[in-house]
Formats: sequence, C-alpha cells, structure tokens
Amino acid sequence: MTSAIDTDRVVPGATEHAHGPGSPVPVQSRAERFASAVHADFPEVTGRELEWRLTPVASVRDLLDDALDGSALPVEVTDAPGVTSEWIARDDPRVGSAGLAEERAAANAWSSFEKAHAVTLTSETPVEVTIRRASPDAAPRAAHTVITARPNSRGLVIIDNSGPARLSENVEIVVESGAQLTVVSLQEWDDDAVHLSSQFARVDRDASLKHVVVSLGGSLVRVNPSTRLAGEGAAGELLGLYFADAGQHLEQQVFVHHIAPRTVSRVNYKGALNGAKARTVWVGDVLIGRDATGTDSYEQNRNLVLSDGARADSIPNLEIETGDIAGAGHASATGRFDDEQLFYLRSRGVPEPEARRLVVHGFLVEVVQKIGNAALQERLLAAIEAELAQIEVI
Amino acid sequence: MTSLIIRDLHVSIETDQGTTPILRGVDLTINSGEIHAIMGPNGSGKSTLAYTIAGHPRYTVDSGSITLDGEDVLAMSVDERAKAGLFLAMQYPVEIPGVTVSNFLRTAKTALDGQAPPLRSWVKDLKTSMEALRMDAGFTERNVNEGFSGGEKKRHEIVQLELLKPKIAVLDETDSGLDVDALKIVSEGVNRVKDNTDLGVLLITHYTRILRYITPDFVHVFVEGRIAEQGGAELAERLENEGYDRYTAGAPVH
Ligand SMILES: Nc1ncnc2c1ncn2[C@@H]1O[C@H](COP(=O)(O)OP(=O)(O)OP(=O)(O)O)[C@@H](O)[C@H]1O
Ligand SMILES: [Mg+2]
Repeated sequence: MTSAIDTDRVVPGATEHAHGPGSPVPVQSRAERFASAVHADFPEVTGRELEWRLTPVASVRDLLDDALDGSALPVEVTDAPGVTSEWIARDDPRVGSAGLAEERAAANAWSSFEKAHAVTLTSETPVEVTIRRASPDAAPRAAHTVITARPNSRGLVIIDNSGPARLSENVEIVVESGAQLTVVSLQEWDDDAVHLSSQFARVDRDASLKHVVVSLGGSLVRVNPSTRLAGEGAAGELLGLYFADAGQHLEQQVFVHHIAPRTVSRVNYKGALNGAKARTVWVGDVLIGRDATGTDSYEQNRNLVLSDGARADSIPNLEIETGDIAGAGHASATGRFDDEQLFYLRSRGVPEPEARRLVVHGFLVEVVQKIGNAALQERLLAAIEAELAQIEVI
Repeated sequence: MTSLIIRDLHVSIETDQGTTPILRGVDLTINSGEIHAIMGPNGSGKSTLAYTIAGHPRYTVDSGSITLDGEDVLAMSVDERAKAGLFLAMQYPVEIPGVTVSNFLRTAKTALDGQAPPLRSWVKDLKTSMEALRMDAGFTERNVNEGFSGGEKKRHEIVQLELLKPKIAVLDETDSGLDVDALKIVSEGVNRVKDNTDLGVLLITHYTRILRYITPDFVHVFVEGRIAEQGGAELAERLENEGYDRYTAGAPVH
C-alpha cells in the first residue's frame, strides 16, 4: 500500500537454516529442522538460534527452562452439533498426529502438559465452535490442544485467548480428507501476557485449512503456525493480522510444507506498528518438496509503520525441490504511511487523524474480509477500531 | 459570491538536487460562476499550482498569497481548505486499499458538513450522481480508485465534486484519458454543478476539445511558472493551432 516501499531485512533462499538444535552447520531444507516431544532433547537457548534470534528470549526464560504447570487450562467450549470437546491422555494417538515440537519452549510445554484438550468436528454441515481460554493467573503454564476435522466435515474453530497468561503451548490441527476447516487463533491477552504457541497442521487429501492468527493484546506473543500439505490436492490459506503498540513484541514464524502433488498455499500476513519499541517479526518459510509437483504457492507480508521507534522484520524464504510447479512467489514490504493517500483524503475534508485511521483500517481490513465469518469480522473490526483510537496523537 | 485570489505566488520544491523554483509569480482571480481554463506545456507548473492551492506538503510557498474571500488559504491545513470550499480533482487520483467509495464519500461529506448527512437523502444523492456520471452502483462498494480505469477515476472525481459541493474547484487534466462519451458525461457534470451551485472552476487542460463542452470565460497561457497571456475562448483555438513556441522562444532560463 505504500508508495515508497522500504523492504526491511528480506533474506531470500535457504541460507539461514540450522541443522538441529545448536548446530551451526547450514543445511538444505527447512524440513530437516530437529523435532522432538522431549524438553531435554533441546539444548539451552542462547538467543542466537535461527528460531530465537528475533525473539527477546530473556523474557521467556521460565517458559524455556523451568517446570511449567501442566494442569488443564480452563476452557469454555460452545456447543455445536457433531462437535466433541474432551480431555485426553498423553498417550492418546491424536497427540502428535500433526507434528512435534521444533524448539525448546514448545518441547517444554509438550513434556509438561497433563492432559490434552481435544476438539473433534464431524458434521458435514458447517459448524462454529469457540474455545474461550483464560488463565486464572500469570503463572507459567503448558497446554496442548488437538483439533481434528474428520473426513468431509466443515467448520470454524475460534481459539479465543484473553486475560493474564504466561503460556507455552502446542496446538495440533488435523484436517482429514475432504474436510474444510478454519481455525482462528485470537490473541487478545492482557497487556503483560506472554504467549508462545506452536501450531502444527496436517492437511490431508483434498482437504483445506484456513488458519488465521490475530495478535492484538499481550506483551510478547509468538504464534508459529506450521502447515503440512500432506495429501494430494490439499490447500492451505494462512492469514495473519497483528497490531503492535509501544513495547509489544508480536511474532509469527509461518511454515508451509508442500509435500503432496497439486497442493496450494496462500500466505497473507499484515501488521501495523505504532509506538516506541513496537516490534513485529514475520518469518515465512515455504518449502515445495520433491514430490509436490504441480503446486501453487504465494506468500506475502506487509507492514505499516505508523510511528518512529517501531521495527518490523519481514523475512520470506522459498525453497523449491521440484522443477514442476504451477507457481511460487513471495512479496514482503514494510513502509510508512503513503503521503499521497493521506493528502487525497484530507483534500476531501477528512482531518488528519481520521485520514490515518481510515488508511490503517483499509490496510488491515483486507485480511479480516478473508476470514469469512460475519460475526467474527465485526468483532475484529471493532478491535482494530479500538487500536486505532489510540493513534490520535501521531 | 466567492473569490479565490492568487497574488505573486512563488513556489518551489525540494529535490535531491536542492531547491527548485517552479512557480514564479502567479496572479489569478477566480470568482463564483467563472470558468478559467489554464493551458500550457508539460512541466510548466500547472499541477504545481493546483497542488499548492490544495495544500500538498511537497510544495513550499516562498512568497505571495492565496486568499479565499479574504481568508488566508496558505495558513490553512489541507482539510481546512476543503472545509473552506476548495476542491481539487486530481490529475492522478490515488488508490486507497480497503476503503470503499461509499465509506470514503460519506466520511468526506460528514467531515465537510460537521455532521453526518441524513441517510435517505444521502443515498439518493449518491445514486443520482453515480448514475449521472454513468458509474455502475457497484462502484460504491469497491475500494477507492482501486482497479478503476483511467476514465473511471476521473468520473469518480466529478462524483465527488457534485456531492461535496465546493465553492471553487480546480480540475487538473480531468479530460485526459477520457473517450468522447466520457468527456461529454464529465463536462455535463461540471456544467450541472456550476449551474446548481455557482461553482467557480479552474480547468487545467491540454486540449480544446473539452472547451467545446465547458465554455471558458477566460483562458490563461501558463509558461515557465507564470501566466504568460490571457484572453477569451478564442485564445484556446489559437494555442491549439500555433502551440506554445511564441511564449517559450527566447524566454529567460533560470
Ligand atoms: N516531486 C517532484 N520532484 C521533482 N520535480 C518535480 C516534482 N514535482 C514537480 N516537479 C517538477 O516541477 C515542474 C512542474 O511540474 P508540474 O507537474 O506542475 O507540471 P505540469 O504543468 O502540470 O505538467 P503536465 O502538463 O505534464 O501535467 C516539472 O519540471 C516537474 O518535473
Ligand atoms: Mg500536470
């Protein structure tokens, strides 16, 4: 949206992938990153690791290293036909069905949780489920969630996070053949909350997943969605929306792995930053594997920097291991307000603060409109309005 | 009656090469109900004049004055100028992603009037104006100028002119890029607004064809940052035949 696009830290190619924990040896593929469910398998984090180098690790030491409270995180789940919500044992086969932890905080959560929260969708008529989660306090906690969409089921699951938190968690998402699932992870935590979330999705044959990360509230929020397009014809639409105020760190490391042929992915993350030390990080890795012929992928991230002293990192990586693809591309841009847009609005009588709000609103609304649920869209627009109400003074 | 009075206006811009003077002493008075055409070679400063009137931050006024009914326009912010009754139809209207035409127009109208327009009459006015400019109703739900063709952008500018009801409008090459039908539609729009609201118009153009539909009371020849000659409608015909050579040849180079 900006006329003068200043691309901040674009690191193309596969030059920065480390092999396994702590290893300095660069390797070929994102797929080879070490994974384990066991905390002790990961060495201590120095902050120089690829997956930690842009995160303020000093603020998450407890989640990385200390014992976590693994008792069930209180949840409220709305009723919907064909949906079950239950607490399952660690050895339930659903646990680990979509992926394993790839870093120490996620592994700490995996080693710590007592029971996993399993939500399963079976209905072929679309259903809507909201998982409302609120920690009772800000003690360091672990959580594990498995969302499964059974074959040909359709539905929307909203993970609605608010209140205090120091939470490290894993969320597994399994979209079985022919299912169409939307998962929205909504972070509207209290101002001082810390949340590290690794979300692993597996999308089977002819199934599709729309995954949406909305991070608005919290002091440090890092949601890393990783999607494996495992079955032929699987599709993933990975959307994200974030608005960082002064002092907030909002991060998302997105990974899409095209494993099967004719898989399609679209990644679109948009963020706004306003205030001193507002900080956002977006890393987008797309890997088109050897067998993923005929795939089509496009990823983009755009950031709008609204004030001085804010910083957005945007790092797209595209790895392609097959010559036979339908399309692959990426775009990344970080820019300031477009003066021409502001001038146009103001020349029609719109005062500057309102013109700025309109432009930011317009910038972010693109992602909101793609969510495809009217009530949630309304709610997010209202939340964005509330954020925008604070930018009067810039 | 409203008068926009420009006196000895000197304007420069900052470039990588330093400060470049563009306008070198413009004098111009536009009253309600008058149509002034400005013609001049590329780069002579016509858009600079238009943007300076509207208050674009890129241009620095070094000296001179612009007043609207005695009020100092140069002291006003961009939106205050709009509220005072000035309007600029831009040579290159700007795209605003995620902001619908309907939202944009309502926001502008509300800002200008200091209150939201009554819903029913607003919806009717919007529909009437869109129809008059032959813009499909679907445009109201599209994002401002996004994916509009060149001609659609220009017609959208005139829809705004009609709905926002300024006192003085500057039209910067509104006729460029219009096919013959659109040119007629746009010209009719400008004439209609003028008849209804006694609008004063500063019409910047390269072509006399629009002047067949919008009859100018005055034609100004703009060369190297100032008005080199003025006359009536017949001056436009002469410019079309003879070009600007007689004004530029031997003109001082700064
Ligand atoms: N942002 C800018 N940077 C550099 N030069 C500029 C800028 N804006 C205007 N100029 C210069 O100022 C001069 C006048 O430009 P202006 O756009 O006002 O001309 P114009 O008469 O409208 O031309 P045209 O008929 O092509 O629209 C030109 O030489 C142009 O290159
Ligand atoms: Mg021009």
